[in-house]
Amino acid sequence: MAKYRCNILKVSLSFVVGLGIWVASCHMVMQSAIAAPTETDIVHVINRLSFGPSPGDIQHVQSIGIDAYIQEQLHPETTQDSPELLRQLEQYQTLALPPMQLVRQYKYRGSGKGKPKLSPEKQKKLRRRVRIPLEEASDARLARAIASSHQLEEVMVDFWFNHFNVSASKGLTKFWVGSYEQQAIRPYVFGSFRDLLEATAKHPAMLYYLDNWQNTAPHSTTAPGRFKGLNENYARELLELHTMGVKGGYSQADVITAAKILTGWGLPQGRQRTTAKQGFYFDARRHDNSRKTFLGQSITGQGVAEGEQLLDMLANHPATAQHISYKLAQYFVTDAPPAPLVDRLAQQFQATNGDIRAVLATLFQSSEFRDTQFYQQKFKTPYEYIISVARAVDSPRNKTRFISGTLNQFDMPLYQCQTPNGYANIKTSWLNPDATLRRISLATAFVQRQGRRHPAAQSTQLQQTLGHQFSAQTQSVIDNSPQRLRAALILGSPEMMYR
Amino acid sequence: MKRRQFLQYSTFAAASGFTAMGFNSFGKQPAYSQNSADRHPRLIVILLRGAVDGLNVVVPYRETLYYEARPTLAIPEPGKTQGAIDLNGQFGLHPALADLMPLWESKQLAFVHACGLPDPTRSHFDAQDYMELGTPGSKKSEDGWLNRVLAHLPVGRPTQALNLGNRTPLILSGAKSVANLPFGRQAVRPLPLDRPPIQSAFDRLYQGDTDLSRAYQEGMEAREILKTELNTEMVQASRGAPGPTSLMTNARRLAQLFNGNAKTQIAFVSLGAWDTHINQGGSQGRLANLLRPVGKGLNQLKASLGNTFDDTTIVVMSEFGRTVAENGNGGTDHGHGNVMWVLGGRVRGGQVYGDWPGLAESQRYQGRDLAITTDFRDAIAPLLTTGMGVDPKHLNQIFPGYSPQKQLALI
Repeated sequence: MAKYRCNILKVSLSFVVGLGIWVASCHMVMQSAIAAPTETDIVHVINRLSFGPSPGDIQHVQSIGIDAYIQEQLHPETTQDSPELLRQLEQYQTLALPPMQLVRQYKYRGSGKGKPKLSPEKQKKLRRRVRIPLEEASDARLARAIASSHQLEEVMVDFWFNHFNVSASKGLTKFWVGSYEQQAIRPYVFGSFRDLLEATAKHPAMLYYLDNWQNTAPHSTTAPGRFKGLNENYARELLELHTMGVKGGYSQADVITAAKILTGWGLPQGRQRTTAKQGFYFDARRHDNSRKTFLGQSITGQGVAEGEQLLDMLANHPATAQHISYKLAQYFVTDAPPAPLVDRLAQQFQATNGDIRAVLATLFQSSEFRDTQFYQQKFKTPYEYIISVARAVDSPRNKTRFISGTLNQFDMPLYQCQTPNGYANIKTSWLNPDATLRRISLATAFVQRQGRRHPAAQSTQLQQTLGHQFSAQTQSVIDNSPQRLRAALILGSPEMMYR
Repeated sequence: MKRRQFLQYSTFAAASGFTAMGFNSFGKQPAYSQNSADRHPRLIVILLRGAVDGLNVVVPYRETLYYEARPTLAIPEPGKTQGAIDLNGQFGLHPALADLMPLWESKQLAFVHACGLPDPTRSHFDAQDYMELGTPGSKKSEDGWLNRVLAHLPVGRPTQALNLGNRTPLILSGAKSVANLPFGRQAVRPLPLDRPPIQSAFDRLYQGDTDLSRAYQEGMEAREILKTELNTEMVQASRGAPGPTSLMTNARRLAQLFNGNAKTQIAFVSLGAWDTHINQGGSQGRLANLLRPVGKGLNQLKASLGNTFDDTTIVVMSEFGRTVAENGNGGTDHGHGNVMWVLGGRVRGGQVYGDWPGLAESQRYQGRDLAITTDFRDAIAPLLTTGMGVDPKHLNQIFPGYSPQKQLALI
């Protein structure tokens, strides 16, 4: 499998590179002889590389320094995550199951012709069972986002999931989102973009969500079943959303060619399910084996290898480097990222053959990332806001169902983004009057639920956790309000809505 | 498809929209009456989710092919037992919608037949999304078309759009504010923010002029209005569910918000359960039972709106129609063309608009469904321009990539 390719070599190589960057940056810091980073700088880095400070985070970064913190987050394999969290994650057994088994075990195949009649209780139980894989995936994701010390990894999981979006509201995808994240996203978030691209292309969640499992050579005489004909859906989004971007320079003919290349990439049927457990099956009978031209390059009929060649071309294309770099810069720096930064990131992307960690390292070292004009200017999405509040109050582990329900109310249901381009992270997508009131209500509710006795939710502790980053106006309102209201004011403050 | 430029949430955009409306002439009737300061147009969009069988709603009873294709489901000709109610000598209305006949007779109800979404999809999921985003064939849009309409109306009153339901639907998602009116008693649940000490503290936190502060201020204003208007309604418990009866049971609340100080201009309702693959029934049966409360609900809405109905347009649509032929289970399957219902005080009713394509196999879409001869956007366009006062030049911002194919004099 792709992920085992040269893995050891890559880890040690990236560690050496990381070490090198760290040494170089220490050198830079000493040479420029600037003062120690301010609390503002520290809060900024924490806000961008994590979902917000939890108690003790600021002190931690103060003691090891910003650059060491960045390295620590870029290399989660070097630190141990919270044992409590790991124990909690073990209970979500569906995350480890292979995709075809998930469908077999959880899909509702209730009453019907030739089947024994089920009692109403049994029917209810089976219908309830259908929801389990999605609920476990959701609980696991939220628990990790809130409590993992590998925060940048969680940030990147969310980023890449949105980039390669699938929605649980479409049919079978509901069984597979957890598996998709676990198998096709998580292992690759800091690795090679090419590996990430292929993992998502071959996962049943994506094959099903964007209909490629139906994609068949037109006028095929060999294709079994009722699906005959090209389905461009995945091919189009592969080019437009996943790699080159809408202005990447491909034509409609290229979209159709890409669709032809990907014919036969589908789900295992019948007996194939026992061997193709991971849910990918290449059916040569559905494949268009003709010679094709993609982006001016000739591709001969080679079965499944054509698709792999296509992914190679896309991953290496300069437009892909630009597109991915733009999105990373938008997420980490500002809604309208400066073009010079995007260009430098794209260069790094191409120079390292799409090494995500290397691009991120360049980003975090950039002057744009450290430019104070961009501090606290990224408006938090509902997901980011809720998680940041939960982290600030050191929320106990069992709040995930409540948070999941709250996300629905904010029109950002987890794993159910209706459009293939995933959830945006820019202000205009999320700022509106109704949502503002809901956030404030949520902040107040969180404080009430935590109870007066919970130490992390006390206003003085909260101000320490979050750093003293309030404007004079906000600080004055907080200081002049009754004690019992202060925690809610802090968590519902304008400053808390931004990162 | 180019990603839409997202509309800026700012008072400048609002001001320019107001100017455009005040000074542009549309040739025919002025968008606003000169007399009453209180009059301004309203639009209610009702989406029947699940693909209602339009051929049995507005029945082409002159087509022998209709009767041949639907031996058990066809609605009999007018005059026969349980027959359709004659509309114009060519089409008849499903008898379960008899409640709408007064509106037809007073020429405040019109239909546009063979109308719909010009996209080949027969997926409810995709078709509804395309219809709500206003971009057939693409789901890239960041917002729904009805929210985009909001940007082209004059601003001044916070609650511009109302959704009957808990969650903002795709058609209303976007930058402009939408108030969600949940079904049932929970309409305006008390929030911690309602308590004076908390509210005054947050008021001070958000008293500035940043876009976030303004969002807070607008939200609080909208909330005040909703609370005042619905105080009396909270006594009348509404037992609505998202089935067709919910229109009936919520018509009064909806009308109250239109009539009251809230001055809501746009509302959206979606009703489900229309996917009649099995046992659809003809003049009686499943579909009839779903249609009847909708007819009653529309009447209730008209009655509750009172004079406001003169300025209100209601449009009922569905993501696609159903097959001309009935299937082996006494029902119909996913089709293509449907019929759009348009009612309101200023509607030029009493007519069935659109070009009837006929039901011969060569005239059907893919040989099986009613063809589409009028894009749904062509039917909505006059409701927006002449009806709501939207500048026709802005239509392609509301429906990206669209240019009108036909002019329908619906209003």
